[in-house]
Amino acid sequence: MTLTPDFLDGNAAAGDLEFLFGTDMTMASGRCRGCGEQMMLAQTHAYLGGPGMVLRCPGCEGVLLRLVHSPTQVWLDAGGLDYVTMPAPA
Amino acid sequence: MPIVSRGFHGRARDARHRLPPGQYETADFPVLSAGPTPAVDLDQWEFTVRTETGARHIWDWAEFMALPSQTKTVDLHCVTKWSKFETEWQGVSLDVLLEDVETSAEYALVHSYGDYTTNVPLEDLLDGQAWIAYRYDGEELPPEHGGPARLLIPHLYFWKSAKWVRGIQLLDVEERGFWENIGYHDYGDPWREQRYQGD
Repeated sequence: MTLTPDFLDGNAAAGDLEFLFGTDMTMASGRCRGCGEQMMLAQTHAYLGGPGMVLRCPGCEGVLLRLVHSPTQVWLDAGGLDYVTMPAPA
Repeated sequence: MPIVSRGFHGRARDARHRLPPGQYETADFPVLSAGPTPAVDLDQWEFTVRTETGARHIWDWAEFMALPSQTKTVDLHCVTKWSKFETEWQGVSLDVLLEDVETSAEYALVHSYGDYTTNVPLEDLLDGQAWIAYRYDGEELPPEHGGPARLLIPHLYFWKSAKWVRGIQLLDVEERGFWENIGYHDYGDPWREQRYQGD
């Protein structure tokens, strides 16, 4: 089985991530819980336009983060990330 | 010379085609994916039903193609609010695939090639309500729409019609799938607008 990618880069998710974390996340990085790859969130593979936003690891294509907006709730699953780190505010 | 207006006539609408609440009609067939499109070789393809006792029923592509198929024309309703009328599919009814499966399970978790899953009550897969579809609009089902084969369960929102289907796990206790465990409704009836948990 081969996989055909159909994604945007993680910058396409910048608005959703800023809404969620309250700050610009384009300089944030994280580590994939599945394969250990460390990457900037801007380098992740973003699948948008479906029922929710999905960020996948550029190394193993595993799910790093999922985000769903309903009219009344926001759901976040970041269980595919060991951690997220970003520069501290000056 | 009098101007005679022929008046304005909207396009005639077949009474069978009603839009569920909150939906709009599209003539396109949008492609929405939560991950990369798997290219599944037919000589590697399998469809597996695993029961709550662990019993497995497996069909390879040749065995699957030898099963009786049906051609159905159905309306599709996506939770992202588009609906598409009169889509034609060919596939094998789940009634055929589950005919010889002994189970007392009430729930099914549908698995796809890749990591997609979705949960459906078993009774919604039976009685002529669901198919494993492998042709769309008279052609082989293209990979971007779930080929070589996808679940088709048109009475529920279209995220339940899992693309690239590879099997069904029968369960005594409901397990949530890819979207259901992050806020989407367990059942997903478009006519009751069951988009999110709590709807």
